[in-house]
Amino acid sequence: MPSPTTPGGSSAGAPSTGSKLVSGRSRRGEHIIQWLLAAAALVSVATTLAIVVSLLAETILFLQKVPITDFLFGTEWAPTFADPSFGVLPLVAGTLLTTFLAILVAVPLGLGAAIYLSEYATPKVRKTLKPILELLAGIPTVVFGYFALTFVTPLILQDLLGLEVQGFNALSAGLIMGFMVMPTIASLAEDAMSSVPAALREGAYGLGANRMQVSTRVVFPAALSGIVAGVVLGISRAVGETMIVLVAAGSIPNLTANPLDPVATMTAFIASIAKGDAAVGSVAYETLFAVGMLLFVSTLIMNMISIRFVRKFRQAY
Amino acid sequence: MTTSTQPVPAAKPVLRSEGEPLAPRVFRLVLQAAIALSILVLLTLLIDVLMDGGSKLSMDFLTSPASSTPAKAGIEPAILGTLWLIAVAAVVIVPLGVASAIYLEEYADPDRWYNRVIEVNIQNLAAVPSIVYGILGLAFLVRGPIELGATIMAGGLTLGLLVLPVVIIAAREAIRSVPQAIRQGALALGATKWQTTQRQVLPAAIPGIATGVILALSRAIGETAPLIVVGAAVFVTSNPSGLDSKFTALPIQIFEWISRPQEEFQLLAAAAIIVLLVILVFMNSIAIFLRNRYQQKW
Amino acid sequence: MTPTRLLTALAVTGTLAFGLTACGGDDETTSGGTASALKGTISIDGSSTVGPLMQAAAEQFNAENPDVEITVGQSGTGGGFEKFCKGETDISNASRPIKDEETEACKAGGVTTSQLEVANDGIAIVANPALAVKCLTVPQLSQLWKDDAVTDYKDLGVSGFTGKVSLYGPGTDSGTFDFFTDVINGEEGVSRKKYQASEDDNILVQGLQGDKTGLGYFGFSYYEQNADTLKLVEVDGGDGCVAPSKETIQDGTYKPLSRPLFIYPSAAAVKRPEVKAFLEFINEKSTEIAEAALFVPLTDEQLTASKAELEKIESGEAGSTPAA
Repeated sequence: MPSPTTPGGSSAGAPSTGSKLVSGRSRRGEHIIQWLLAAAALVSVATTLAIVVSLLAETILFLQKVPITDFLFGTEWAPTFADPSFGVLPLVAGTLLTTFLAILVAVPLGLGAAIYLSEYATPKVRKTLKPILELLAGIPTVVFGYFALTFVTPLILQDLLGLEVQGFNALSAGLIMGFMVMPTIASLAEDAMSSVPAALREGAYGLGANRMQVSTRVVFPAALSGIVAGVVLGISRAVGETMIVLVAAGSIPNLTANPLDPVATMTAFIASIAKGDAAVGSVAYETLFAVGMLLFVSTLIMNMISIRFVRKFRQAY
Repeated sequence: MTTSTQPVPAAKPVLRSEGEPLAPRVFRLVLQAAIALSILVLLTLLIDVLMDGGSKLSMDFLTSPASSTPAKAGIEPAILGTLWLIAVAAVVIVPLGVASAIYLEEYADPDRWYNRVIEVNIQNLAAVPSIVYGILGLAFLVRGPIELGATIMAGGLTLGLLVLPVVIIAAREAIRSVPQAIRQGALALGATKWQTTQRQVLPAAIPGIATGVILALSRAIGETAPLIVVGAAVFVTSNPSGLDSKFTALPIQIFEWISRPQEEFQLLAAAAIIVLLVILVFMNSIAIFLRNRYQQKW
Repeated sequence: MTPTRLLTALAVTGTLAFGLTACGGDDETTSGGTASALKGTISIDGSSTVGPLMQAAAEQFNAENPDVEITVGQSGTGGGFEKFCKGETDISNASRPIKDEETEACKAGGVTTSQLEVANDGIAIVANPALAVKCLTVPQLSQLWKDDAVTDYKDLGVSGFTGKVSLYGPGTDSGTFDFFTDVINGEEGVSRKKYQASEDDNILVQGLQGDKTGLGYFGFSYYEQNADTLKLVEVDGGDGCVAPSKETIQDGTYKPLSRPLFIYPSAAAVKRPEVKAFLEFINEKSTEIAEAALFVPLTDEQLTASKAELEKIESGEAGSTPAA
């Protein structure tokens, strides 16, 4: 797209005659304003830098005291004891277990809802259902945590299903987290499916396919990159979620794959150490940042993957 | 959003006369079940909270300070803390968010690498876990160079940074939906770029921007994890009196009460949840009202 | 109306609402009694055992002095001292006496302090009601808690007491942890690592409530608050099984797990009128506050000693921090 040579820049589709109107003698004020606006936009870059710096500084201090192999591969997490262990695997296991359970719920429900909204629902139904999904997405996570702890664990898991679970367990937190993540997946997948050109659908219907075949064999594959983006973003949200797991799964590290056990995720650990408010300079304080760094890097990787997939199906954005 | 039309009427295909065959019918029912299950969980959650907390709601509850005896405990400091935090956050995100959006939409050349970096950066920030923002606030604002301590200022700024990407994205959408014809008309009449932006584009985009700001703030209201890390106090006896007060907030108070094992506190938590949800519904209604009333079809 | 006018209207309403809430916040009617003119903030942090006691004190104090903002954190005795010695807090709560290195740290940070007793407490051994245990001796407790060797309760040799070991207790920043390990395991800090550790006693209570083979230790006051859902285990300190109670803690028969609870005000803070008033209030109403928060009150001797100590502090004499 041809862009004028003046610093006025170009919005998409600006006519190439634009440059004539803002000739070389653009006012000084315009320049200043542009720099001010750019400065505002740079705040976001500064934020990212600040996050990286704040995490990195303490993590480096931490890694000077604790070898990175001990940290990443150790299986015991007891950082505050007289003879401490710094293996982060129990926290990672907690995160993976709860995320896995969440995805187990969120992917089928989210994709199901997306297909229904995109291919089956009449406009009137869509108008009622979409706000409901938005409502689900807008509920604060601490409320979900409350629900998991006081309703799902005692009434559903213990009474209804008769499972031998303690008050804190990964299953309850994971399931509810699934419902929390589901709107994210549903919304992105539905966007992707709606963007599939009508011609593809109409061609299939014209050849005699029924709605199920069109949805699953035509629309779904065509929208796959957007759908994958949604799922990856959903996983990222589950990994980064704090309150639901803190309230319902507990905050005590436990290396286990059993969903009936209490677990602590990376996020729950960060919150509980910060609540106890370890003093600056202590190793406990530094573990907060080291785990935070691990969390940030994991979600960053997932977010970048998701963004690349989104780019594949959206043209310019 | 695209404008794909539904290709055939929603009724079953005319070519088959014996009704919907089994597999597609099961498929459709499964899809409907997925939606029904989600709605069911949502309803159960709301009813559960209402039943647990309804009995504790009262004027006293809304106007008393927190207390270690459940019978006397109230959420006044928490409500005021939340309002103060949101005010600080709003002061941050409105100018920064709108300015960034204007820059990215009106002034930035998308082919330049630095502008692309800014864009990708904002998308990333929108997906960073909220607790990481709390760590940022702890390291930079509470301690670190600025050393505000665990005060409303620090908490509000942290929340502001957290939802800033949401505002930027929403404001960009709003600005983008203003048709080029408006801009070109103004430029053709001799206006400078800034004049065009300030007097034509922005006013047209304000409803969308306002909606975005309100939605961002309603997200900020429900955030607990960053405030825990920043250090919202465990027990606060009085209402915040300034930007340098220690504070508590509604979600924090809810979390504190949930963490107490006595059942009375769980009921209090439910009551506070009801208050929080009411505030959120109120804010979202304003946003939806704005969107519907002022949305212009160009 | 046009969008710009709407925006102005919203802004005006917003500012008004904000202003009203800001003003309205100070409008608290003091229920009876004269509102005092004391103003200021008092920042308290430390032991999670002592925390609820100070919260109760703060509430009662606020009834007569609504303009004094008191915040109570619960970072643990150790964590509280770290902050206190840096000058970040005015009063530090402790469930054990201050250690030598902490006194040093305070000196380095320019903080002088003194020790005030505020209540008595016992460490209760608590179990889930489904666990079949009535009494444990000190050697048995030590065997259970000093290292990770015991994995089933039957290893302790108490008849009928079996089950997979699942333990709960405070973390290492806690004064309760320090005291317990010192008295039971013989040396402070020596403890098994495989147990559910948390500075937040509420989490321990919740964990125990849901765990059929759960056993743990924390302050007696936390047991009292949850007596209907938990079971108390008696402790044999050498003279037979004794259950903790107000009497047995005060007269020392519940041994060795009885201890006093302390607060440490900084000399700088005491110079402020609101802090002085608060400390005097705590001393005067000591018994009521303790009973309101379900703590064991000070004995009469302790009360007189405490009052004398307070007077010494107020008259500016250097803190008489006792040996650890």
